[in-house]
Amino acid sequence: MSPSREGIEGRFDVAVIGAGVSGACIARRLSAYELRVALIEKEEDVSFGVSKANSGIVHGGFHHNKKYLKARLEVQGGMMFDRLKAELDFPFVRCGIVVAAMHDDELRGIGQLYSQGVENGAIGIEMCSRERLLELEPRLSPDCVGGLYAPGGGIIEPYRFVFSLVESARKNGVVLFTGWKLVSAAREELAWRLRSSDGRIVEASYVVNAAGLHADDVSRAFGAEDFRIQGRKGEYYLLDRLTKAKPDRVVFPVPSASSKGMLVIPTVEGTVLLGPTATSTDDKEDFATSRVELETILRSAKNLVPAISESDVITSFAGIRSVLGEDFYIDVSGKAPALIQVAGIQSPGLTASPAIGEYVKDLLKKAGLRLVEKADWDPFVDKVPRAKDLTPFELDEFVKADPAFGNIVCRCERVTEAEIVAAIRRGHTTLDGIKYFTRAQMGRCQGGFCTYRILKIIMRETGMAWDEITKRGEGSRVLGGEL
Amino acid sequence: MREFSFDAVVVGGGAAGMAAALALDSRGRTVALVDREAGLGGILLQCIHNGFGLIEFDEELSGPEFAERIEEGVRKSRIEAFCAATVIDLEAAGEEKTLVCVSSSLGILRLKCRVVVLAMGCRERNRGNIRIPGTRPAGVFTAGLAQRLVNIEGYLPGRDIVIIGSGDIGLIMARRMSWVGCEVHAVVEILPYPSGLTRNIVQCLHDFDIPLYLSHLTTRIYGRDRVEGVEVTPLENGALVPAKAFEIPCDTVLLSVGLVPENELSKKAGIDINPATNGPAVDSTMMTNLGGVFACGNVLHVHDLVDFVVEESRRAGGYAADWLDGQRPKAEARVKIGANVRYVSPGRVDLARENKIYLRSLVVKNDATLEVRLDKALVRSIRKNHVQPSEMISLELKPGELGAGSSRAEPVVEISIR
Amino acid sequence: MTCITCPIGCSLSIEREDGGSLVVTGNRCPRGAAYAREELLSPKRTVTATVRARTVVKAAEGGGGAELPRRVPCRTLSAFPRERVGELLSLLYGIELELPVERGKILVKDALGTGIDVIVTRSIA
Repeated sequence: MSPSREGIEGRFDVAVIGAGVSGACIARRLSAYELRVALIEKEEDVSFGVSKANSGIVHGGFHHNKKYLKARLEVQGGMMFDRLKAELDFPFVRCGIVVAAMHDDELRGIGQLYSQGVENGAIGIEMCSRERLLELEPRLSPDCVGGLYAPGGGIIEPYRFVFSLVESARKNGVVLFTGWKLVSAAREELAWRLRSSDGRIVEASYVVNAAGLHADDVSRAFGAEDFRIQGRKGEYYLLDRLTKAKPDRVVFPVPSASSKGMLVIPTVEGTVLLGPTATSTDDKEDFATSRVELETILRSAKNLVPAISESDVITSFAGIRSVLGEDFYIDVSGKAPALIQVAGIQSPGLTASPAIGEYVKDLLKKAGLRLVEKADWDPFVDKVPRAKDLTPFELDEFVKADPAFGNIVCRCERVTEAEIVAAIRRGHTTLDGIKYFTRAQMGRCQGGFCTYRILKIIMRETGMAWDEITKRGEGSRVLGGEL
Repeated sequence: MREFSFDAVVVGGGAAGMAAALALDSRGRTVALVDREAGLGGILLQCIHNGFGLIEFDEELSGPEFAERIEEGVRKSRIEAFCAATVIDLEAAGEEKTLVCVSSSLGILRLKCRVVVLAMGCRERNRGNIRIPGTRPAGVFTAGLAQRLVNIEGYLPGRDIVIIGSGDIGLIMARRMSWVGCEVHAVVEILPYPSGLTRNIVQCLHDFDIPLYLSHLTTRIYGRDRVEGVEVTPLENGALVPAKAFEIPCDTVLLSVGLVPENELSKKAGIDINPATNGPAVDSTMMTNLGGVFACGNVLHVHDLVDFVVEESRRAGGYAADWLDGQRPKAEARVKIGANVRYVSPGRVDLARENKIYLRSLVVKNDATLEVRLDKALVRSIRKNHVQPSEMISLELKPGELGAGSSRAEPVVEISIR
Repeated sequence: MTCITCPIGCSLSIEREDGGSLVVTGNRCPRGAAYAREELLSPKRTVTATVRARTVVKAAEGGGGAELPRRVPCRTLSAFPRERVGELLSLLYGIELELPVERGKILVKDALGTGIDVIVTRSIA
């Protein structure tokens, strides 16, 4: 995805470090102004860190007390998704959230959540009797005793959201650098001089540290605040779209002090996600799943939705949330000049992200950045037609225009060659990048049938050789040799 | 959008689909054969090893040769093959069915017919299905994907291989990887006996001194970006013994952990699935609960030999032709799964005619007896030198052999292994 | 010893009689007896492999991936001496085959002087 690998790659007004959902929202927001903006990502593709493996929830605005910045940004951000969806064409549905109490002593927790939601200004939030709850979500266990309904909550494909944000940002002039790992930052005159592990240099007047799990390392590189991001690992199970256990709404248990608990999530694209667990980890690269944790998920999820079955499991995975105390840490650095810290963006970070973009824009302004709106800012990205969403009549028209729409590469998720090509042409050239963009390899066969086809399309479209194709960047080469 | 009409449409152009289509064609019916690949032959084209055709052709052939022999028949027939076309919907409204297909050259295609034969085959179970914990690096492949990469595309999935599961594809791949210069370090099987055919254990593992760990579970895959190894834990009396776990370094994991009939199209169309086979529940003519929709081959139940697939599919095609001719089963009896039997397919027999059924044993047993009971009375007893779950058993039941028939309104044929 | 000449997989026993001749039991057909003797004295295997296809990838853009395979399958016409399989594979991996090719075409005549031919097992147009 990157241009040249050597020397100075440009002078920018703002460099945003980290192309996860926070960095992408910030970069896209800044793209509306007359600014030169760089978006820097250490991985091979955007959204490859915390943002790719999470619950994919737009929260309902009742889980956190409004004394926290995260609660305020959650409610504000949550309301921005309808407009963003219209502009950016990512999968998002406000299907609503139910929180189910399974015995009477959990009802007190429901009451607290309700009051919190009302105080936060969450729209339409409702206390429910057992009957009302089962009417809202018939797949809930009949053992539930009552609960909460938040109609504003929804489901989203987080990586598609980030891809669209970055596409929109780039369309409006933001320059994306991938595979660009920061090794040093030096303040020279009025700008930061950032150096990557492979010797590339980016200069920027202002820098936003949105480096997710590695925001602590980045802060240290700038000689800024010394804090430590704690990883909290969450494991998930994904169920086949043909499962009988797919709820209509996101189902939460009553939360504990440290975690929102394990959910049953009907994903926007029709599968069902169970999880996450929550275990602290010091190894921020530790994405391993464990038998014990996965069994906990199944037990907990079946407690909420009894129809869940092991035989519907198509894959499991783990994500790591970046935790820094109780709240988000979003502020102008008190130690390093012209640096904005965006750290500790754990849940509800995805929900809050559009508001984080606004908030950081305002912080930059406060720090002296001049903001002049672009006259020609274009908030829309080109919609990529998806065979799965087309009627046969529509698909027929698309095939006439481009025969690649007639070649279904991934049968499980019904993804055509045209969609794979669209992903590659947008810079998603790893197997995982293509998976997140198109859903190919994400279904019940997990790539068993389509991987070789995708490999061939990558080679054809990019000219890459077999040994250059990776699952998700350096070190993850897919093939081992040629006959 | 184009529309064509046929008496019958067969979904899937592998061995099963071609055999069923040929049977319908030989009965004078117009037949369309649809396949998503660029040509006919299905998965046989990547099965370049030998061992096919001993029953069908009385010769030992490789997969592509077997497929081509049958394909030659298709080419000589009036069957119309639509290749590189994917069926996306099956609409069944009473007698008339429509298959909605999409292809690059024809766009959306609507094939109207009275009979549909489902012959979509099966897919491989994968890592998620068997829930192996650990990291998610590159280098984990299903054995069939690896087979495609090596035998047709000419790429190696890796160099140092561990194979999980002793299914036939995994065993065949152990030999193939050895023959292309890779090192196969182990085959790990959770069961106390191999899942693949005996001859494959002999020819694919013993010849290469590849260790087979029976009663061992792969408890972890490790490696950050690319596989670095697997952790294997022995099972003793059905329980994991973590103290005896060990690691096998490798850069590639191939999974051969079972096949699942590909019935998503069937389920969407409202076809009932038999939980024992994961294939459609069918009557004695291999017809599903949707009148005029038949199923055969690996989409019905997973077979061990393609020769049996062809035999079964040819009969299914014949039954489909019978159905078009207005024939219906006369005296159906339900087949009950008796002791030590995993499943029986089809789940019904017609007492008024000859039946051929396939079954799988739940147990490994020497000197076994296959018993057939009609309404609890023993009507046949067949000696088997050896039975095992990986080898399908075929059984012919003729009207005379089922005694005087049944006087009950709902007769039951029970099949058990003792 | 397990017989591998057919899917049945008979369990074979071989004993040397007083006269020195080998007696095979457990076989259901004569092929089993022959196999047991051969496996003991000079084991043979049918070898299947692939050879490189000299292909020009057909313009596949939007064409439904109708490109040609990069490998052409082949096999020995009869079982091949096991100890020379490695040598045979090296020979086959060095071959590049012009397409189109017909199934049954003799790829290597009298491979390594064994008298055994290697044939192509798939027609590729």
